[in-house]
Amino acid sequence: MLPTIFYIGLSVLLFVIGVCGVLLRRSTLMVFMSIELMLNSANLALVTFANQRQSIDAQIMVFFVITIAAAEVAVGLALLVMIFMRKKTTNIDTMTTLKG
Amino acid sequence: MELVIFVITAIVAIIGAIAMLTSRNAVHSALFLLLNFGAIAVLYLLLQAPFLFAVQLIVYAGAIIVLFLFVVMLLGAERDEEDANPIRWQAPVAITMAVLLIGEIIWVLVRQSQDSLARVGSSDSDFGSPAQIAQALFTTHLLPFEVASFVLLTALIGVVVLHQRQN
Repeated sequence: MLPTIFYIGLSVLLFVIGVCGVLLRRSTLMVFMSIELMLNSANLALVTFANQRQSIDAQIMVFFVITIAAAEVAVGLALLVMIFMRKKTTNIDTMTTLKG
Repeated sequence: MELVIFVITAIVAIIGAIAMLTSRNAVHSALFLLLNFGAIAVLYLLLQAPFLFAVQLIVYAGAIIVLFLFVVMLLGAERDEEDANPIRWQAPVAITMAVLLIGEIIWVLVRQSQDSLARVGSSDSDFGSPAQIAQALFTTHLLPFEVASFVLLTALIGVVVLHQRQN
């Protein structure tokens, strides 16, 4: 049996590493991977609290988060392939089409 | 014993995450991310979530990482980035903000929640067993389950439509 704060601390660390990835990297693929890392760290916190309170609902929520993440990755990577075909680069600074 | 397993797994997870962040090659990044997902799956086992352990390995390690690797290799985009970073002050500001965020979250956790030091870990009860998850999933959470199936279907159709317009 370990203190809850160990798991939450690890989850926070992983989340912040993911935030750094989104802020620092210029490749869209890397930004995407960092977002996956952040989703995972949030899942870890949810599972920790599910165990602490012995309530199954948080585990169900993690299950749904994983489902939505799978859908999101499929659509996101399809969009990424489309953009790469047009612009021949994955650099996020070149994606300025929606700029007013 | 549990502490030893936790510490080793946590170190592996953090090393995987940092290596993902710093490696220049996108294929290496995806593989380090796989390492991180595996470590988190082990933590799920420690936290009495064997079903989520299996789902994590199958969906994240099995499907999502493979999809990432496929796309990276298909595009040949392994090294396509960061020659000239146009915003010079971005990196130091980002790291400062990240450290601030860590401090803030830890402060809130320690300060606000009295039970943040309560203990978690495995016990002998059958909490988190697939049977219990299925019971909750198909009774209380049946509507979200159906909605999730629609979301997956929509994603599937969306991907097909996107790639058809391309040709």
